[in-house]
Amino acid sequence: MEYVIEMNNIRKEFPGIVANDNITLQVKQGEIHALLGENGAGKSTLMNVLFGLYQPEKGEIKVRGEKVDVTDPNVANELGIGMVHQHFMLVQNFSVTENIILGSEPTKRGAIDLRKAAKDVAEISDRYGLRVDANAKIEDISVGMQQRAEILKTLYRGAEILIFDEPTAALTPQEIKELIQIMKNLISEGKSIILITHKLKEILQVCDRCTVIRRGRGIGTVEVADSTENSLAEMMVGREVSFAVEKTEAKPKDQVLSIKDLIVEDARKIDVVDGLSLDVRAGEIMGVAGVDGNGQTEMIEALTGLRQAKSGKIIVSGKDITGYKPRKVTEAGVGHIPQDRHKHGLVLEFTVGENVLLQTYYQKPFTKNGVLNYPKMYEKARKLIEEYDVRTPNEKTLARSLSGGNQQKAIIAREVDRSPDLLIAAQPTRGLDVGAIEFIHKKLVEERDKGRAVLLVSLELDEVLNVSDRIAVIYEGKIVEILDAKDTDEKELGLLMAGGKREVGEPQ
Amino acid sequence: MKNVFKGNLTGVFVPLIAILFGFVAGAVIMLVSGNNPITAYGALISGIFGTPYDFGETLQRMTPLIFSGLAVAFAFRTGLLNIGVEGQLIVGWFTSVLVGIAIEAPMIIHLPLALLAGALAGALWGFVPGILKARFQVHEVIVTIMMNYIAMHVVNHFIRNYMIESGQRTAFVNDSASLSSEFLTNITNFSRLHWGFLVAVIACVIMWFILWKTKKGFELRSVGYNKHASSYAGMSVNMNIILSMSVSGAFAGVGGAMLGLGTYNYANILPSFTNYGFDGIAVALLGSSTSIGIFLSAFLFGGLKQGANNMQSQAGVAPELVEIIIALIIFFVASSYLIRWIYSRFQSKKEGK
Repeated sequence: MEYVIEMNNIRKEFPGIVANDNITLQVKQGEIHALLGENGAGKSTLMNVLFGLYQPEKGEIKVRGEKVDVTDPNVANELGIGMVHQHFMLVQNFSVTENIILGSEPTKRGAIDLRKAAKDVAEISDRYGLRVDANAKIEDISVGMQQRAEILKTLYRGAEILIFDEPTAALTPQEIKELIQIMKNLISEGKSIILITHKLKEILQVCDRCTVIRRGRGIGTVEVADSTENSLAEMMVGREVSFAVEKTEAKPKDQVLSIKDLIVEDARKIDVVDGLSLDVRAGEIMGVAGVDGNGQTEMIEALTGLRQAKSGKIIVSGKDITGYKPRKVTEAGVGHIPQDRHKHGLVLEFTVGENVLLQTYYQKPFTKNGVLNYPKMYEKARKLIEEYDVRTPNEKTLARSLSGGNQQKAIIAREVDRSPDLLIAAQPTRGLDVGAIEFIHKKLVEERDKGRAVLLVSLELDEVLNVSDRIAVIYEGKIVEILDAKDTDEKELGLLMAGGKREVGEPQ
Repeated sequence: MKNVFKGNLTGVFVPLIAILFGFVAGAVIMLVSGNNPITAYGALISGIFGTPYDFGETLQRMTPLIFSGLAVAFAFRTGLLNIGVEGQLIVGWFTSVLVGIAIEAPMIIHLPLALLAGALAGALWGFVPGILKARFQVHEVIVTIMMNYIAMHVVNHFIRNYMIESGQRTAFVNDSASLSSEFLTNITNFSRLHWGFLVAVIACVIMWFILWKTKKGFELRSVGYNKHASSYAGMSVNMNIILSMSVSGAFAGVGGAMLGLGTYNYANILPSFTNYGFDGIAVALLGSSTSIGIFLSAFLFGGLKQGANNMQSQAGVAPELVEIIIALIIFFVASSYLIRWIYSRFQSKKEGK
């Protein structure tokens, strides 16, 4: 009875692939157990087996020592297994309370007893330190609070074992800290947690043990206390991984991008970019660090022509591109790796080949007299796919069926291949695994060394610190400080991002 | 290997199963209502293929359905629901007849001109909801539904007050603008088959070419799949919406011209909608919005409507039953999820053993 959950020798096949091959996962009562693997390694499949969404071909599942047959999620719920999904399963225009009780509403004479529900929710949230506004609508609250609502939902249903699927992917550094505290609270209240992730730092920070899977196979389970970032990464990827981004001293040249007093409104007509000025030179990587929602998105949209600036000037290679439409911005020499690759970066129902030509399809030789030359397009696509190591069966595969890392590589192939003077990379490694991150960072540095200006906007402080040459801190729509990446650290950046002042900086 | 096989097949497989289910369900209804489904379906098939006349009429009936199917599919590829094909078809019908009557010119000029007039009228009727959507975010479904009523009543008004010739109809169009063909009529035993059928086949090729071979088609499909990524890649989403609705309307308008210059050679006061536009939605759906699929499903729908006559006269089945079968087929196509589910259950059972 040592283990609260045992999944022994699980095998799950899908037509054509073995998603899980002989994986064993044993979770002790009261521990945080990490499930580590690259994207597509089979973590989600394994958890879906546990949650009753898939039936395994082989293997057995034991909960609290008893062999069980999890035929559907309801059975999982009854066994006290709850899942906090990566993409929240919440009704946007319902309140937090309504979402939490959804499906198991307390009733009084046939009507929903909202008062009792609110009381129950308040009690649980107090107990675990899950700060939520029970009456707020989901669409009005932050991502962090939405996640807490999602956690409350599982607790409300009596979950004893919680599965967290990539919980930090969408959170700000502050929210991540809070989440870690919440997980610790849950453990001290006797719950057990399975944490699905590919972020090694988090594992080292909170987990007790870690099970690693690679390409559908169980590699083994280790004590986190005996592991390092490098040893875990090696288990996950199957080879040694370098975390430090290798690069030489930057040799900045002429100014490529110059933003002057830029003001941009968001959809609510609020000036979220509020008098922002920033210069980026050829041959350097300028990182923009900031807490989500300080105007980064709107700044990028204004730079790339997706949103009209209210006032201010944007100059690229000496050319005023303020007010240009996206295509003209592109043609002026700007490449853009968008932060949401599914929304902006790709047409998922198009082939990989069509996607890597999404910015150039209209040019010769791909279009002649308005007619597309598909053989030429696919010839070019094959070249790009090879050069940028996009793992796809072929160029006619739909972009949708690629893994996140390969989708991102396809976008990078498209944007970098045009050799733009200015490359804007927004959250280029979000949700990607170590191998892909390594590749993308290398590409950014390569572009810098070729003499391009790179503007890197990221919410991951590690990334900004490791990749950038200089770092601009954005706060409430303004650049509040520009630092040399060598002279600063996470602590100082964190302070500046929160609106603090640099210790040596001049007052006001 | 298996995956590839499956991927290619589901596109064809689901509509075929849906058709099969539709006929089976129809058979059950016939049994319940005291008819013999085998006799009835026999009569249906001989009502389509039995005589040259029947086959000619089937082709004639499918001609406007091809156009309305293409119109719906074209807009759909750009992510738009054009419910206004009916209205666009009506104005196309009227305008082509107007040009067919009012102008005298040699056929080589007159006929294309009349077809073009139908196309332009339909395009205009599609342009209005297109621009309203692009400029003011007015939902195209609402606008196109309303435009249907406007089309019908405006056309009726003009015919009633200015163009009435005998009874409820206008004069016949001049021979130089007519698609009717003595040759086709003769080989099909005096059916109303006309050259418009060839125009429809060409239209299928045109739609395929525009969507899959041209730069514009690439943009239209891209906008249909993902507006955000399209504008990111420098395409003008609004221009593509307007263009798509206009081209869709043009297809519908030529579909109307098929009736005005081919089947009837006149326009008449419409007591109610022709339903060609609405059937076009079903044709496009069953044909998975592809040219070849639309051609085949238009043939099926045209055939069912033609064969229904024979079902009634030979097997004594009410023609309404054909409508029910069509409705059931559409139901099963729309529930393709259900079919996929049944199929996957079936597969996994087989693999289990």
